[in-house]
Amino acid sequence: MMAKSRAANRKQKRLYLVLTSMAVLALAIGLVLSALQDNISLFLDPTELTERNLPDGEHIRLGGLVAIDSFEKADDGLTYHFDITDGAETVSVVYKGSLPDLFREGQGVVVEGEVHKNGPFVATEVLAKHDENYMPKEVLDSLKKRGLYQKPGEEGSI
Amino acid sequence: MIVEAGHFALILACFLAIIQGTLPLYGAMRNRGRLMALSAPAAYGQFFFVSISFGALIYAFIVSDFSVANVARNSHTLKPMLYKIAAAWGNHEGSILFWAFILSFYGAAVAYFGRKLPRTFYVRVLGIQALVGVGFYLFLLLTSNPFERLFPLPMEGNGLNPLLQDPGLAFHPPLLYMGYVGLSVTFSFAVGALIEGRVDAAWARWVRPWTLLAWCFLTSGITLGSWWAYYELGWGGWWFWDPVENASFMPWLVATGLLHSAIVVEKRDTLKAWTILLAIIAFSFSLLGTFIVRSGVLTSVHAFATDPERGVFILLFLFIVIGGSLLLFALRADKLQPGGLFAPISRESMLVVNNLLLSVAALVVLFGTLYPLLRDALTGDKITVGPPFFNLAFGFLMIPLLLVMGLGPSTNWKRADLIGLTSRLKFVFAAAVVASLAHFYIAGGGDMMAAVWLGLGLWVFLSTFYEWAERVKLFKSDAMKRILRQPRASVGMSLGHLGMGIVVIGMAGSAFWGTEDQSIMTYGDSQEIGGYEVRFNSTDGVSGPNYSAVRASFDVRKNGREITTLEPEARTYFAPPMPTTEAAIYSTFMGDLFVVIGEANNKAYDQWAVRLYYKPLQIWLWGGVAIMVIGGLISLSDRRFRLGAVTRRQKDE
Repeated sequence: MMAKSRAANRKQKRLYLVLTSMAVLALAIGLVLSALQDNISLFLDPTELTERNLPDGEHIRLGGLVAIDSFEKADDGLTYHFDITDGAETVSVVYKGSLPDLFREGQGVVVEGEVHKNGPFVATEVLAKHDENYMPKEVLDSLKKRGLYQKPGEEGSI
Repeated sequence: MIVEAGHFALILACFLAIIQGTLPLYGAMRNRGRLMALSAPAAYGQFFFVSISFGALIYAFIVSDFSVANVARNSHTLKPMLYKIAAAWGNHEGSILFWAFILSFYGAAVAYFGRKLPRTFYVRVLGIQALVGVGFYLFLLLTSNPFERLFPLPMEGNGLNPLLQDPGLAFHPPLLYMGYVGLSVTFSFAVGALIEGRVDAAWARWVRPWTLLAWCFLTSGITLGSWWAYYELGWGGWWFWDPVENASFMPWLVATGLLHSAIVVEKRDTLKAWTILLAIIAFSFSLLGTFIVRSGVLTSVHAFATDPERGVFILLFLFIVIGGSLLLFALRADKLQPGGLFAPISRESMLVVNNLLLSVAALVVLFGTLYPLLRDALTGDKITVGPPFFNLAFGFLMIPLLLVMGLGPSTNWKRADLIGLTSRLKFVFAAAVVASLAHFYIAGGGDMMAAVWLGLGLWVFLSTFYEWAERVKLFKSDAMKRILRQPRASVGMSLGHLGMGIVVIGMAGSAFWGTEDQSIMTYGDSQEIGGYEVRFNSTDGVSGPNYSAVRASFDVRKNGREITTLEPEARTYFAPPMPTTEAAIYSTFMGDLFVVIGEANNKAYDQWAVRLYYKPLQIWLWGGVAIMVIGGLISLSDRRFRLGAVTRRQKDE
């Protein structure tokens, strides 16, 4: 008698466990899917951005090299204009805020912001990588694809 | 010569590990005492040889021996000594050797402290530990040799990324690795128990201290990294959901779950299979994390093209370790007899919910970290999953977790009475809700999450305190005696939970109530932020050992009284040439004032871009973590957990 009820109890306990796990998992999957919808941004290089013809206001990440001699600081001292290039295409960018330490003309950069067809790309963030890879990986890949990358540096292998 | 000795010692260690991972295991199967006796000496020997090997690498860095490729790539003669040494583990090859070194250290520690474990179990645990080691030694020797020579010899090294030249970051990897690798012990115990086919309360008592130790290291390591990001990157942020951070956070989440489920195994002799599974998963995450951080392989599919050898080895290694242990788990898990029963409302159930939420949270983080890789492989689209994804998905899972965290310690084992539980905690709950609503009202709406997190943090803090006060009967006579007599494990639990409550409140403060200001300031200008008046005095050129810098000086006043002078710097390092910003921070109990200087105006030397942040309760975040770790250490010192001590099986408390 005792043993029987123990076994029944155990089954019941398992059922609870399975049900709770399923509930939590379903909750998590729902959360993940709904959170993903709005919070992923596509990474594009200037050539892809030009090809894709995205609608105004689309939120993306744009990566490439900061074009030489394109960097300008506006009179307010905090707004910057510069071009991002992948060798084939060039996109102008406007950004208000402070630039990361590693930002230089000729260096790889990733900016996050909105696409505007009849004007510069409005960056809300210029990303600084804080590991030992000086070149953002996506930019490196893009440059290789466009044949602009020559120096076989450390970046790819470390 | 010394460098070659290091290489040779590594090969010897590899052979010892192969012996330790095979013969004694066979001996345990056939009950051959002589074969089993090999495992402890092999474990000590391994540690000895890897120490020599790692010592040789550090020596090469100290004397700047640029004939070693690794040193030439990552060091420079001008670097301060601390960073020369730290550079030894600041690169791929060196860090993997460091990993192997700590692994062998833990192996030797288990060999020593576990002497009283049942013979066959002891041998099996050490054998598994050695087999994991073999994987790392082979990885080093075959694909990532840190002792590779370079010819022709360069005159000077490349230097280390200046951002990494910081005391916080010199100690961050060692702590993190002590945590990551500490989980290898738990893993070995779990696999050993599967081979043995037995998990009981004694097993849980052997495993708990190792998990706790690893957890303490992991917690401090992650926080040190986060603290470094806070003061060194100069953005005022402390967590970015970067793959590198996620890599260390996933094993932490699972290890935290494991810490709790092991209690259930110990006290109630149930949840055994689950606990074993968690131990396997925790270590799998720490392997995955190591390789995400260190090889970059998993952040991009294309990295395989640049170094297919390493990539294939890593995949194969992960496959063998994770796949092998999960297969063994599938085959043996039904041998683990479930023990005590429990009702849906009971301490056990609370801990089950804790485990579910933590595991699912780890999965969510894993998904967010690997989704870009998946998407790239499937569609070729390059995407990033941003912090908003993690904040939303992870944040929502934390809400029920923190709620349960307040209830759990006040709930009885086996069967608890829901009405009693709610009536005991109703005032605490009401206090948290009132504070939350008050915040909502005072802040005039604003971000609702700020109020939610504040309420949850208070709830955890107050309910933990209430449970402790009830337990020691704080307001009856002789309370002091009872306070001192509490078992250390439960003192640790209370501190850990209190710390977590403080962390949550600190996070709410710093993330939601902060203010920031970016502007161009001229000498003599003043700015108002967070109740402080910050006056820009001047800038000055200074020079350090391997950099030159501009140092600015700001006077900080509050209510007209001079409080302090902050001196942020903009540095330019020589090798590699690179600018960095050094923030200046004035910390108080109520908040941090954070000042960073940017660039000078092209035309006027006395005009600089200045960023000011005020981060309320920032110090609570660091302090809360410190309390959690102290709690962990106190719990670790509990007599019942004397590493490996065999104690009589205890019934319920």
